[in-house]
Amino acid sequence: MSMKATIRQVDSVTVVDVSGRITLGEGCSQLRDLIRNEVSKGNKHVLLNLADVTYIDSSGIGELVSAYTAVSNQGGSLKLLNLTKKVHDLLQITKLYTVFDVHDDEAKAITSFDKAASA
Amino acid sequence: MTAQGSFVEVALESDLKNVEVAEEICRRMASTAGFDESDQHRIEMAVHESMINAIWHGNKNDASKTVWLRFQIYPDRLEIRIRDQGNGFDASRVPNPLADENLLKVSGRGIFLIRTFMDEFRTTYTAGTGTEVTLVKRLTPNNQPKEGGTDREHESHNSSG
Repeated sequence: MSMKATIRQVDSVTVVDVSGRITLGEGCSQLRDLIRNEVSKGNKHVLLNLADVTYIDSSGIGELVSAYTAVSNQGGSLKLLNLTKKVHDLLQITKLYTVFDVHDDEAKAITSFDKAASA
Repeated sequence: MTAQGSFVEVALESDLKNVEVAEEICRRMASTAGFDESDQHRIEMAVHESMINAIWHGNKNDASKTVWLRFQIYPDRLEIRIRDQGNGFDASRVPNPLADENLLKVSGRGIFLIRTFMDEFRTTYTAGTGTEVTLVKRLTPNNQPKEGGTDREHESHNSSG
């Protein structure tokens, strides 16, 4: 199953529901294009919902880092929501779990952007 | 593809779509070898990353080239060999992705994940033949399915009834 992503706007936050495989090739390039597009539209608060991601490889992890950097460089923030155990473990192993702001409750994740913006 | 006893050999066209073919073979072999689900996934990831290296970096995504795989089950381990037709690489020179200066790099985690998930990782390069990586995962009491409630045990009960 290749990667699929749907975008919805919740308040000031762009929530991206990602499903399938984020791997070298189509999955990574789709995610890259999507994030670039959102950043170019001025959307600076991005929440990646990874609940339905079935597989992520080293290139997919790199793509998450790339997305994080792209949004951060525009003065925004990218956060992760609903990590599966496999993705969680990979982020732990690669020491990226401490880099990303990770949430398991969407409402709280949305609120956290407002708090960060007003801080 | 040839399968005889406890090994499978396959030669695949150097195309990214064949990464999933290798993963499927890997899942079956790791399950047959007796690894639990968690280690099956780790082995599958190591094979995935090795296939990406062979196709993308070794064979330069040239579909006219081949990636050769061999999965061999031994009583105490699963050994996987993956060979490309590339010019080789020095795995010892791959930067540590956990170093602070590399943490936010986009690439460079594949070899690290293979080393993390497998018990042994070796590379050999032979001019004119290509690079071969050998991955070994050992069977231990800790990485085999726990007794009680496993599918295998359930099947066993059914067949004896």
